[in-house]
Amino acid sequence: MSQATTTRSFDHYFVPEPSKYPIFGSVALLLFGSGAAMWLNKVEAGPWMFFAGLAILIYMLFGWFGQVVRESESGLYGQRVDASFRWSMGWFIFSEVMFFAAFFGALFYARVLSVPWLASGDNEALLWQGFSSAWPSSGPYTPSRADPFTPMGAWGIPAINTLILLTSGVTLTFAHYGLLAGKRGRLTLGLAATILLGGVFIGLQAYEYVHAYAELNLRLDSGIYGSTFFLLTGFHGLHVTIGAIMLTVMLFRVLAGHFSAQHHFGFEAAAWYWHFVDVVWLILFVVVYWL
Amino acid sequence: QDAPARYNLQTPVTSIAQQINDMHTWLMVICLVIFIGVFGVMFWAVFNHRKSKGAVAAHFHENTVVEIAWTIIPILILLGMAWPATRTVIDMKDTSNPDITVKATGYQWKWGYDYLQGEGEGVRFFSSMSTPRDQIEGGAPKGEAYLLEVDKPLVVPVGKKVRMLLTANDVIHSWWVPAFGVKQDAIPGFIRDAWFLAEKEGVFRGNCAELCGRDHGFMPIEVHVVSAERYAQWVAEQQAGMSAGTAAAVSVTPEDGAPAGVGARGLDVGLNVAAVADGKT
Amino acid sequence: MAAVTHDQLQGHQHGQSGLMRWITTTNHKDIGTLYMFFSFFMFLSGGVMALTIRAELFQPGLQVVQPEFFNQLTTMHGLVMVFGAIMPAFVGFANWMIPLMIGASDMAFARMNNWSFWLLPPAAILLLGSFFVPGGAAAAGWTMYAPLSVQMGMGMDLAIFAIHIMGISSIMGAINIVVTVLNMRAPGMTMMKMPMFCWTWLITAYLLIAVMPVLAGAVTMILTDRHFGTSFFNAAGGGDPVMYQHIFWFFGHPEVYIMILPAFGIVSQIIPAFARKPLFGYASMVYAVAAIAILSFAVWAHHMFATGMPAAGQLFFMYATMLIAVPTGVKVFNWVATMWRGSLSFETPMLWAVGFIFVFTIGGFTGLICAIAPIDIQVQDTYYVVAHFHYVLVAGSLFALFAGAYYWLPKWTGHMPSEFLGKLHFWCSLVFFNITFFPMHFLGLAGMPRRIPDYALQFADFNALISIGAFGFGLSQLIFLVAVIKCIRGGERAAARSWEGAEGLEWTVPSPAPHHTFEEAPVLR
Ligand code: HEA
Ligand code: HEA
Ligand code: CUA
Ligand SMILES: [Cu+2]
Repeated sequence: MSQATTTRSFDHYFVPEPSKYPIFGSVALLLFGSGAAMWLNKVEAGPWMFFAGLAILIYMLFGWFGQVVRESESGLYGQRVDASFRWSMGWFIFSEVMFFAAFFGALFYARVLSVPWLASGDNEALLWQGFSSAWPSSGPYTPSRADPFTPMGAWGIPAINTLILLTSGVTLTFAHYGLLAGKRGRLTLGLAATILLGGVFIGLQAYEYVHAYAELNLRLDSGIYGSTFFLLTGFHGLHVTIGAIMLTVMLFRVLAGHFSAQHHFGFEAAAWYWHFVDVVWLILFVVVYWL
Repeated sequence: QDAPARYNLQTPVTSIAQQINDMHTWLMVICLVIFIGVFGVMFWAVFNHRKSKGAVAAHFHENTVVEIAWTIIPILILLGMAWPATRTVIDMKDTSNPDITVKATGYQWKWGYDYLQGEGEGVRFFSSMSTPRDQIEGGAPKGEAYLLEVDKPLVVPVGKKVRMLLTANDVIHSWWVPAFGVKQDAIPGFIRDAWFLAEKEGVFRGNCAELCGRDHGFMPIEVHVVSAERYAQWVAEQQAGMSAGTAAAVSVTPEDGAPAGVGARGLDVGLNVAAVADGKT
Repeated sequence: MAAVTHDQLQGHQHGQSGLMRWITTTNHKDIGTLYMFFSFFMFLSGGVMALTIRAELFQPGLQVVQPEFFNQLTTMHGLVMVFGAIMPAFVGFANWMIPLMIGASDMAFARMNNWSFWLLPPAAILLLGSFFVPGGAAAAGWTMYAPLSVQMGMGMDLAIFAIHIMGISSIMGAINIVVTVLNMRAPGMTMMKMPMFCWTWLITAYLLIAVMPVLAGAVTMILTDRHFGTSFFNAAGGGDPVMYQHIFWFFGHPEVYIMILPAFGIVSQIIPAFARKPLFGYASMVYAVAAIAILSFAVWAHHMFATGMPAAGQLFFMYATMLIAVPTGVKVFNWVATMWRGSLSFETPMLWAVGFIFVFTIGGFTGLICAIAPIDIQVQDTYYVVAHFHYVLVAGSLFALFAGAYYWLPKWTGHMPSEFLGKLHFWCSLVFFNITFFPMHFLGLAGMPRRIPDYALQFADFNALISIGAFGFGLSQLIFLVAVIKCIRGGERAAARSWEGAEGLEWTVPSPAPHHTFEEAPVLR
């Protein structure tokens, strides 16, 4: 090795010590996966393993992220680590976008292609007499559950939820400006308001589900409409929950005095995630509820 | 009967299958030529530009002209391949004006045939593999058409355009007769179509070509292409048999109740009206 | 060597030893090694399944296994080989080599890197363990087409969760690689100076990030169709079984390039080294890889020509698929041009690389023939397709992995691998490979469907030959095991630059590469 000189701009990149947390995560997912499979197939140990996995996972997340926070606060992360975090968060969100794309794709395919095909030509003549393509559709025919449902309208709770999420985007940006300007009060207030709005959103969403099941007879098994409706909104709700948890962690960190105007990527990452969840909702609102 | 194919596609008996065969031959030739060209060069280098033979490495590592050439030329070759393929695709899709229409339904694990239109309309029956279990398990010597024989073959007249409507009752199957150049998936809940016009009498065999569970390997297709007279006679026999009260045995509803899986959630074909609430709140 | 003492000082400072070292490690070299051992183990498991399949198909009739179990074997062979053997092996190479090649001290996220690896054994346990649950393993093919997969037993659920876990692992691994390549290059290592292997992996990682979540979505829909009454793939509820195929192949086709692009990268490192001549057309190679990756998103339905798409769809997907031959051709031509007027020598890695080009191209041509929609109507779901994809996967991905392994073993172990064993391994593999998979083309053309446990009599001769070849091929792989073990144990000491013509930063550090390298960034001239 002839070249051992260091250049100035190239600071030492932080490489963590060996860590026990990943293996906990692996054991957790093993229990989680096998437990879920057993539960679904009515093996008694299933739920136990599932919840044991969940518990270990939560322990692992606490431990791991706790360590990351400590490392960050003790200044181990230089600028290049910061850049790494930015790239990785961006691409992680992109992978989430692709996950939603699968379900939006399914919705598009069903609405635009397969439901009309079911009602066309030979198909209609030979298999599904009398079925005419319409959306929302519970499918051409379900003998056991021919009970009709009412689709979810757009201008009730969903519209309110849209406003809530849009507002939460504003409050979050308000918090961010507060952070940049060194105004901790604004930061705390904006962040808390965002989390609150997120909570209200989740609550309304839960209420909407109850309403769907109890009054509209709209269920997960209400044909393709129910399938796409609940999986899309359900996974979105899950992501809102995750985002809200991230923001809550950030709130605690803010209260603990973390972050500076220059150095606060943890906060920004949570904010990016929140905006992503927001955008997914807007698409969802248009194609699932409105159109 | 021709001996079964071993090295190449089966002898075609429809114009589509013929086109496919010719196209395959033509592509083989092109690919072989490119292959010999590319690897001729490579092996020339392998044998002559060896260090052990004192070869000294040249230092070129770029040449825009060749790079462009070996991008453009393959595109042209591909165009030469795409042209006949496009014509055949369009021909294959032309299922208009059939003489006879037959609906084939895939079941785990047999085919149901249902003559819907043209001479023979109303004939319907099941067709299952007839190779005895003994032969499969090695208890008896295997017959000539081992695994490719059925109890009741599909019968069609020679020289007539037959439109096949494909669907399935449980999982996806695929109706494939190589000599006709027809392979069409049978998709539960959907009807897809394909056509053939057999130019030669004879017995033609195929298989289900989509994994459909345990006995996927044991649901062959056997088609008898017969003269117009033989066909008329066959139709008469079938219709006599049907009106003689064996209808129960030839009903296209599976006798053993709804199959597992999707079937249990109601995919028995040809039934009811959709229950969709109209309008939005 | 300064670095060695440095290593002795630092290597064990963390106080971990024995098993705990491997479980907790954050070192990219350790993790790379783990990936490779894991994938070789999975290769043997998948290979044993393949050999059982071949034993059953040795002659007509049912002898060894029953049809249900046969379908499980086929399914698990495909899943284990794709997700357990080939993909992790390439990630292992990436872990070991990318930091060394770009002059980085480690991967960007060393701790997450550990988790990416350690998620794989749980996934493997779920997958392999599913053979032992009631109903056995999933038996719907590695493609898991609905509604057949909706019919399966508990094995299917385990496979679904295994895929979720492997997906998480792949996405984290891919993000790690993207960030490492984008952010950790030594000063002066511009993108267009990076070794081809890094480029191919960068693009592969993007493919992974884009399509693994889609696969996760697809299998999730199967899960809810199975257990929660949704109707995504059930026409009775307004869904469509074919929709599953669209979603699956939107993942599936980029997936096959995920398994070949890093192979292209490895071969692009080896050919120049043994031709003693720089890679011809570096820039066009980069563009070609990018073009393949982009096109790969627009060709998925070439797996679905027999589903009965409208003619316009068939034509679109046929043309798009054919186009991929162009950038792939550019790669082949560039490799040949690199060899042209070089000063060639044929040590083991080069043999494998040249073998790769030769046999992979055959597989590429048969792919092109499959791409012609009318011809695909005849060969879809026959052994012709099986032949095609084993030519590109075994003679493509796997051969390139062997080439890379022999090439970098000196760097990993500090010893030169035995030329004798390596060459024996190559020639046995090449011959038996072709005995095994070439006749499959004939079978497919003549009409033998795939995924069947028993077949008509006219296919008997070729199948017997194929089975003999498969066992020969399997046994040949044990030579590799011996060669690797011997190389770890001892052998001729390897110099830092282990091969005369080898270029790149990885050859500037000693062999074996010390535990920590490039803690101070190297300076490039
Ligand atoms: C490493 C994996 C890999 C790779 C690289 C490829 C590469 C290609 N594949 Fe393959 N394929 C698979 C893995 C792979 N495939 C698998 C696993 C399946 C089956 C899945 C299943 O059903 O289980 C499959 C199936 C499959 C099908 C579906 C078959 C069917 O089920 O009916 C098709 C159809 O179009 C296809 C096409 C192609 C094409 C056109 C390429 C091209 O990329 C090849 C391009 C290369 C060349 C063409 C050769 C070199 C070029 C030149 C020398 C230039 C000059 C050439 C010309 C101008 C002709 N593949
Ligand atoms: C990804 C890579 C990959 C690799 C490397 C292989 C490797 C092999 N494959 Fe595989 N194959 C697939 C991917 C792969 N395959 C896929 C995706 C399918 C489709 C599945 C589906 O239809 O769903 C398939 C399907 C498939 C079929 C069709 C099955 C069917 O349609 O029913 C066959 C049949 O011959 C086959 C054979 C082989 C053989 C003989 C090998 C050989 O190369 C294997 C070499 C053998 C060994 C490596 C064994 C070595 C081990 C020993 C000798 C003993 C060791 C002892 C101990 C373990 C202690 N494969
Ligand atoms: Cu029916 Cu395969
Ligand atoms: Cu493909």
